[in-house]
Amino acid sequence: MNFHIWATSAINIISTHELSSVMTVVACWLVLAIACLVRPHSIRYVARFLFPLGALACVAMSCLAAAILLSGQSPEVATLALGLPDLPFHVRLDALSAFFLMLLGLAGAGISTFAAGYFRSGEGTAPGLLGLQYHVFLASMAVVMLADDAYLFMVAWETMALTSYFLVTSQHRIPEIRRAGFLYLLMAHLGAVCILLSFGVMQGGSWQFTFDAMRNATLTPFWATAAFTLALLGFGAKAGLVPMHVWLPEAHPAAPSPVSAMMSGLMLKTAVYGLLRIAFDLLHVQFWQWGVVLLVLGLFSGLFGAIFAAVQTDMKRLLAYSSIENVGLIFTAIGLSILFAASHMPLYGALALAAALIHALNHSLFKSMLFLATGSVLHATRQRSLGKLGGLIRFMPWVATLALIGTLAIAGLPPLNGFVSEWLLLQAFLSTPQLPHAFVNMLIPLGAAALALTVALAAYVMVKFYGVIFLGQPREASLKEAHDANWLERIGLCWLAVGCVVIGVQPQLALKAAGRATGMLLGQAVAPPPSIWRIAPISSEQASYSGSIFLAVILSVVAITFLAVRLVAHGRVRRTAAWDCGYPWQNSRMQDTAEGFGQPIRHMFDSFFKMERDLPLPTDIRPRYRIHIEDRFWSALYQPVAAVVQRLADAISFLQGGRLAFYLLSSFLTLLALLVLVLWQ
Amino acid sequence: MRGIAFVWQFGEVVLAIALAPLFAGWIGQCRAWMQNRSSPPLTQQYRMLRKLFNKDVALADNASRLFRTAPYVLFASMVLAAAIIPSVVTDLPFARAADAIALIGLFATARVFQALAAMDIGTSFGTMGARREMMVGFLAEPALFMVFFNAFLLFGSTALTSLVDNYATHPSVIDPSVIFAGIAFVMVLLAENARIPIDNPATHLELTMIHEAMVLEYSARHLALVEWASSVKLFNYACIGIALFLPWGIAIHGANIRAVLIALAVLVVKLAFCGAGLALIESLSAKLRIFRAPEFLAMAFLIAVLGLLVHLLLGANTSA
Repeated sequence: MNFHIWATSAINIISTHELSSVMTVVACWLVLAIACLVRPHSIRYVARFLFPLGALACVAMSCLAAAILLSGQSPEVATLALGLPDLPFHVRLDALSAFFLMLLGLAGAGISTFAAGYFRSGEGTAPGLLGLQYHVFLASMAVVMLADDAYLFMVAWETMALTSYFLVTSQHRIPEIRRAGFLYLLMAHLGAVCILLSFGVMQGGSWQFTFDAMRNATLTPFWATAAFTLALLGFGAKAGLVPMHVWLPEAHPAAPSPVSAMMSGLMLKTAVYGLLRIAFDLLHVQFWQWGVVLLVLGLFSGLFGAIFAAVQTDMKRLLAYSSIENVGLIFTAIGLSILFAASHMPLYGALALAAALIHALNHSLFKSMLFLATGSVLHATRQRSLGKLGGLIRFMPWVATLALIGTLAIAGLPPLNGFVSEWLLLQAFLSTPQLPHAFVNMLIPLGAAALALTVALAAYVMVKFYGVIFLGQPREASLKEAHDANWLERIGLCWLAVGCVVIGVQPQLALKAAGRATGMLLGQAVAPPPSIWRIAPISSEQASYSGSIFLAVILSVVAITFLAVRLVAHGRVRRTAAWDCGYPWQNSRMQDTAEGFGQPIRHMFDSFFKMERDLPLPTDIRPRYRIHIEDRFWSALYQPVAAVVQRLADAISFLQGGRLAFYLLSSFLTLLALLVLVLWQ
Repeated sequence: MRGIAFVWQFGEVVLAIALAPLFAGWIGQCRAWMQNRSSPPLTQQYRMLRKLFNKDVALADNASRLFRTAPYVLFASMVLAAAIIPSVVTDLPFARAADAIALIGLFATARVFQALAAMDIGTSFGTMGARREMMVGFLAEPALFMVFFNAFLLFGSTALTSLVDNYATHPSVIDPSVIFAGIAFVMVLLAENARIPIDNPATHLELTMIHEAMVLEYSARHLALVEWASSVKLFNYACIGIALFLPWGIAIHGANIRAVLIALAVLVVKLAFCGAGLALIESLSAKLRIFRAPEFLAMAFLIAVLGLLVHLLLGANTSA
């Protein structure tokens, strides 16, 4: 009882100063960023001392955000004494921001702890600079979630894009990494332009760029749809929605693993946040057609990502494609939510939106964790090609065990967290026949089927990922010297694994947190859990699920079976060689390769890929099998556009003569022309 | 929650564990009769389990802990599945913990563990079996989901117990979509339980096997658990089919002991018929090439979707 009073008073103290406390944490990150420059070449100082402090700030952030969500405070706004004269920065802390800040803090704490043990000297950029970029990146993501006007939002958004660009290119001496970084920067800026235009449309002629003004602006259906489409393009490019996904499989593998984890786990979620903010909060979900567009794009991205992930041979590329798949699932859920909300079915809308939010949270946990695990594998073996790994469960038991939890979670298996969000999403799909649009009703079951296929394919992909890296025999002799992760890395991985398990067995916690955000956006939360053991988002009769009972029953049956077998079976355990079918010359190269494991998928979905295959001839002395798989979007969409841009650039390249006088003259003439235009109007 | 419900719950789980090898044996016997062979006794499966439990375990040198844990997880998953499926009574306390979608997830968990364990030793058969099993799994899962979607549209619940309850309290006229769903379900059942035409449970021919390839490295008590788990899985699938398509006679909420005994007798009769039916299908069909398996499962999926569309179209007509 005392504890209860103490906890409530603590929450009260925090909640009265919630916004300033959150801003203090953001300021802490910025201070840490500057502090990194004091001794930029000292790994001990930057990594072992400052990064754990950053992780503590992350924990503080997640606790603050969780307290705000639990207490259910009304939104708090403030105007900062920063920014341009007459154009100050506005910040606002409401349930949606709090949910995403909690996500940022939870996953960020694990990643920062891992990063503290991960960074070694002599790998690309000096550690001090990395630390600076890393912490500014964290702070800018938090500011994106707090911004309450388009100006601050865009400043933070661009800071985020730039710091992450520098982090991606930290090993800039490698040409592929420079190229990946450039592609990323290009797509980030195209996206930013779209978002900027979207804000431009939404201010609706009032020239007020605060979100409050946009909330109250009345737009015609055409302009509202235009704003939505621009936002979708902009945030879709950041999130990696197909067909704006091309940068993602290039940039994520190029970055150091903690940075990949940050980008995939956290930065993609800022795009989800932005879309939710614009579609639900600023544009008030007006048309169900928006939902259908999102649904189709999301489902296609999901399927596309899963299929491509299945044929990858680089472990980080595989995870990057799996991120596309997960983003697809999140966007599917958002689309479904818009569809329901615009058809005046707020309960189902809240269900789908809760699925989207919880999946975003889950993905930030398990995907960061898997990226971090690949980082440990990379450091231990110096290999990232799946074809040169294998059997690491025997040399890296910690990483292997923790990665198994992440693998099962991302494969959407009960009782872990990935299943919870997929279950909620499928439940939302089951409610679609009550929609008032007959034609959509007929098609949506197919969407549910595509979703089920995607989820099942994800399990295939993750079995490949885990099996090829950690199980089987080592494919290279050098793998036997692989060492396990150090203790800071283990703590980081453990933190994320615990998150996966806790949300899996206590989904009502996540559902309650998400309920605040859906309550703010749709005025409706899902049905409260009937007991502390299980969730039943619509009604108890229709569907209920309990992760804790699930886990408890499985564990107790395993224990009982184990004891019973102990009593019954008296046979000894004898270690022998594996059965070799009477062919004693088997070696580790005869296991399935990553290509081999993906072969059925390649066979079934071959229209998705552009494949080049070199098959060995019977007469080859050194036979080699090589397969190169390319994304059809490259040749169908990007290369033509790039060619047109190149041609246009060539056509006007005479302007770039290198003479300063000419540049000044042309700037002056442009200015003059603009002035004339303004005066004439 | 009444105490008696826990008794039913416990009894049903024990029943599934105990009867599952018998059911597998019954199918084997029917197959032997239909193929004009002399059949092994009905209790053959039990004898095999006893033999396996008494043997020494021959474990590969490089087997990790995952390999040794997987049979237990597999068995536990199937036991939990048996606890959720209303085979005799619907008054099951654990059924609230997981609905049909969670059941699909549970089967997926078991499948993933089995595939991972198969990859652990690193022999080419193990990985090949794992890859094929995962392929069959990811195609069968959407089809199964569509079947449950169909049932949901008819009876408004994804919890199997509520489905049966709702069916008993509102016995509607037979909807044509049920027939489609039923066909799709049987096809999924055949694929998921390694039966002909996808896999042959009796084969040890390397190039055709899926399930047997995965368990090649298991021996003694581990193999016994894996085999037992797969017979419980088959039993579970049969019971899901009965609950969805032939739910007459299952003791619904608040039933007394007499009703439960009748339900038990009815279940045994239904299982005997289902087993004979499965044996008939298996005797009549030939094993497909592995590359044809996707077509088979895509067909199951399309049939289920067709059922769904039929239901929606008819529903639209009646309401209009």
